[in-house]
Parts: sequence; structure tokens; C-alpha cells
Amino acid sequence: MSKGSVEAQQHLLYRIKKLRFMDTVFEALGIIAVFLVMTFIFAIILDLFMDGLRRLSLGFLTSYPSRFPEKAGILSAWVGTIYVMAGAVFWSVILGVPAGIYLEEYARKNWLTSIIEININNLAAVPSIIYGLLALGIFVYRLGFGESILTGGLTLGFLMLPVIVVATRESIKRIPQSIREAAYSMGATKWETVRDHVIPYSAGGILTGVIIAASRAIGETAPLITIGALTFIAFLPPSPIKADFPFVSWDSFVEMLKSPFTVIPIQMFNWISRPQKEFHENAAAAGLVLIALTLVMNSLALFLRYKVRRRVKW
Amino acid sequence: MHNKMVLSFCLVTTLLLGAGYACNSSAQETIKVDGSSTVYPITEAVAEEFQNAKRGKVRVTVGISGTGGGFKKFCRGETDISNASRPIRKIEMEACSQNGIRYIELPVAFDGLSVVVNLQNSWVDCMSVEELKKIWEPEAQGKIKKWNQVRPQWPDADLKLCGAGVDSGTYDYFTEAIVGKEHSSRGDYTASEDDNVLVQFAANEKNALCFFGFAYYEENKDKLKAVPIKSPVDGNCYLPSAENVENGKYQPLSRPLFIYVNAESLAKKPEVREFVEFYINNAKELVPQVGYIALPEKVYRLALERVKAGKTGTVFAGGSEVGVSIEEIVKRETTE
Repeated sequence: MSKGSVEAQQHLLYRIKKLRFMDTVFEALGIIAVFLVMTFIFAIILDLFMDGLRRLSLGFLTSYPSRFPEKAGILSAWVGTIYVMAGAVFWSVILGVPAGIYLEEYARKNWLTSIIEININNLAAVPSIIYGLLALGIFVYRLGFGESILTGGLTLGFLMLPVIVVATRESIKRIPQSIREAAYSMGATKWETVRDHVIPYSAGGILTGVIIAASRAIGETAPLITIGALTFIAFLPPSPIKADFPFVSWDSFVEMLKSPFTVIPIQMFNWISRPQKEFHENAAAAGLVLIALTLVMNSLALFLRYKVRRRVKW
Repeated sequence: MHNKMVLSFCLVTTLLLGAGYACNSSAQETIKVDGSSTVYPITEAVAEEFQNAKRGKVRVTVGISGTGGGFKKFCRGETDISNASRPIRKIEMEACSQNGIRYIELPVAFDGLSVVVNLQNSWVDCMSVEELKKIWEPEAQGKIKKWNQVRPQWPDADLKLCGAGVDSGTYDYFTEAIVGKEHSSRGDYTASEDDNVLVQFAANEKNALCFFGFAYYEENKDKLKAVPIKSPVDGNCYLPSAENVENGKYQPLSRPLFIYVNAESLAKKPEVREFVEFYINNAKELVPQVGYIALPEKVYRLALERVKAGKTGTVFAGGSEVGVSIEEIVKRETTE
């Protein structure tokens, strides 16, 4: 064996060692990062638990706001949050997903679509209060929807829109071109390809986008205060579900969309800025409910995503 | 059997959607209130009691858009009552008259502003308006940085200032009362719209000097020390207390809080009239419960008379006033 090849071998061994070492370093950094993130999240939740657990009870969930902290509850707030979020998810999905599909599958790539793309990405960074001002001008005054659940849902829906458009596009981009070519080769039209392949395969990624956007929107206060969401409201919107056949009432549904509302973050904002410590406990308890609601919402989406992904077999 | 089914269905929808109340049909009158978040706790208390008294026949909703935001809606005729932590401004009066909105101005409570220092602060026993002005006026920015620049006997220690943020009514009133010009002060101080943040600052910083709402001092008396203010009237020093505010001795840092009632709502909607009368009749009892100071009985009586007579307009010429007793104010003739 020549001298040179021994040296080369040693050099190779040295390089392997070095790369293995880098591997360990990166793994350690990763663990530290995860640990820090988890500590941070747990600290917040623990803090909320310590402050708010005492106040968390069935009574807290079934009472209206009150000047007595121990009597005050978040019934109107959590009901309002659920209605508004249902509206927000509805509007952002029916507008955002088709927009994403169109931009990715149909639109020609030219300067116009580039400008649209840049603008949509930028929209995600616009402060939420701007959405509130926009909604106040357009939905509340111009279209006359008033300070209603409909306006609240539309406002938060628009806030979620850019995230959902981007998530839809990214998720569609990941589908291999060969899938589409295979569909076309079988004589499928573009619409059939989109309906039977593109949408089902990207549904998982789109759902992830919906989760992220909804989790952000559920905690919003500023845009809803701007459009006139209330703080003290001691009644609930009429339920569209009825006791008698056909169990769903269109009139009540419209009434529900038109009714005034409040949401959990607004109650928290009001309570945390009061001087009495007891109200701060209420705010923490409301925070726990908000986290629980987000968790339920996310688990639902995760479950749906699991269902969808299991169907995809390439 | 059928009734039982309906009932259980209502229960299920209540549990699932929290919307069981829809099982009672609803065609109720609604009174809409919006405006200042400072006045909010009082109106919330009144609304709560009023709804209890009416057994749910009348609905009251209260928002917190802020005094300015509240007047915007009020002058478009969208709300029946506007909560305000300051008198209506000229520009808002014009907006109202343009839309033909006439209003009745009613003082409902006092709010004191407290100037506070850290518990370890042993040197401050009283401060005059002039001294406070020297610290807070715009010219003081970057110049008045030590306690001994205010009074030579005080220590050569950094002056750590904090106070309400510039978007709050508290800031407007403090600057009007101390600097002499609304919305004008130095900018190099720790500002927050949340008074609880200011409480923390003053409690932890030995050389702090802060101003914020009276209720926040009351709640945290064990952590803070209030500075007695030298009255420009009799030259004595008075601590912020319910008593000193009510009898007008804690000057000039106490201000009245108002509600503005849409005159048309008052005339046409009997429930609004009932609510406003209920508000004034119960204010004496409810106001202290939420941390504010009730007005003298006589003022409430005068306010009630104003409602009954339907006297519209404001007694302020479109700005805050300092150092005038509340009784004098209410007795004055209104202008529109």
C-alpha cells in the first residue's frame, strides 16, 4: 500500500468523525430548542392554571358577565367565539382554497400572477386591526351587516385568508407532476384531475393551514372591538336548531347571523385591565377555556387530516 | 310527552351549542351602550342590576370602543347611550348636530387620578401642581432627570417616571390638570394603557413617580404610597381618598365621568328612560362597588331633573375643565 493512500484513508476517517460530531452537535441543539419551546409553553399554561384554576367551574361557563368577579362568567363569550370562528373558517375556506387552486393549477405564470402572489404573502403580515378597519368600512357601514356575528366571521375569515391561500398552494405544489400526467393520459379533463386527485391529495396540507390560521384568529381582540363586538351582553344569539321538524330554521339562522356578540379574548382584555385581582383570575380562567377550545379545534382538524391522508396511496 | 321532548331537545342544544335560550322566543327591546372603558364597569353594574330588575324583558349591551370611538357611533345614531370619561369635544358636537343627534349630558361618578411613589420612598410627603408641572411639561424632557432638581432637599437619585399612555382619557385629564394643556407632556416616560403595568412599575422601582387611576391605587395600597397633592384652593395637602374627592378637596386631580343619552331614544323608547333613571337612582350604591367615587346626592338629584326636563346639550364648551366643583357644573345652563 502506498503512503498516499494511507493518508487519504486517514483523511477520510477524520472527515467521517468530524461529520459525526456535527451530527451530534446539531441533534443537541435541536433538543435544546425543543426543550426551550416546551418550557416556554408550559410556563404560560402553568401560570394560567395557577391563577385561573380556582375560578374554573360549570358556573363560570354558564354565567354572563357581572360586576362581581365570583359571579361573572363567559357564557356569551364562548358561544360568540364558536359562532364567529365557524363563520371565519367557512368564509376563509370557500374563498381561500379555490383561490389557491386557481393560482396554482389554472393561472398562467406571468407578471400579474407574480404581483398577486407577492400581495397575498404580504397580506399575512398586515396587523389585524387593519382588517378591523376594513371590515368596519365595508361590512358594517357599506354593506350594512352591522355589528353582527356575520361581520365578525367575515372579518376573521379575511384575516385567515392569506395563510390558507399560501398553504393550499404549497400543498398542491408537493403533488408530483406525474400524477397529473397519469390522469390526463387516462383521458381525464383538467377539472376531473383537480377534483379527483389534486384536491384529495392536498387536503391534508390545506387542513394544516386552516388549523394555523384559525388558531391565530381565535385569539384576536383588536379587529373585533373595531367592528363593534360588545363586552357586556347577557343574552345569546338565537339558535338555528329547533325542537320541531325540520329542526333547522332558516329565519333563526339569519337572526343568529345578525345578532350582536362578544368573544373570549375581549372578556379577557376587559378583565385583565380591571384593578381587582379577582378579575385577573377570571381572565386566566377564560384563557384556559380559550386554550381548551383551540385544542379541541386542532384535534378535530388533526383527526380529519389523518382520515384524509390514509386514503392517499401513491 | 311532547313537552318533555321539547325540553330535552332544548337541553341538548344548550349543552352542544350553548344556544338553549333561543328556545324562548325573543322579541325584546335592546338598549345599546358603547364608549369609554373607564366608565364601563359602572354601566356594566347598572345594566346587570337593571336586567335583573326587569327579569330579562329588556336587553342592555355595553361595548368598550373608547370615549372617542363611542361618540363616533353615538353621533351616527347607532347607540342610545355613550360612556365618556371626558366631556364631548367640539368636533364631536359638530358631528352630532350634523346628523341631528341631540343628547343629554349626565355626570355619573368621580374618578380620581393618583400620583404614587414606591414604598421605600421616604422623602416625598406632598407635591404641588407646580412641582408636578415642572416634571411633566414638555420642556422637562431630557432635562429634569433627578429628584433633587424638583426640590433641592430631595436626594440626588434618578427620577423614574411612568403614567397612562397618550391614547387614554386619563392622560388627557392629567395633562390638562397639571401641564395646563390637554395632550401635552414630556415623552420620555414609561407609558402603558394598562394601569396594572404601571402599578408593577411603581411597586418595583425605588425612584418611581407614576400617575394612574384611583381604583388601581386603592386595590394596591399595600404595595404603593400615594403622594398627597397640595390643593390650589386652600394650600393644604390631601391624599387621594373617596372622602377627599367627594368633598372637592382633592384638586385638581379628580374628574367627573359621564354618560350621554340620545334625546330621541329617551323620548321614544320608554325602556331607555327607565334605564337612565335607574342608572341615576342606583349610582350612589353601585359606583363605589366597582371602585369609583359616587357624586354628592344633590348632583344626582339635579341630573335626574335634567332628564325629566329633557335638557339637551353640554355644559362644557367642548373641553375638560379643571378645579370646578361638580355641583356648579351641573347647575350651569347647557349649550349645543
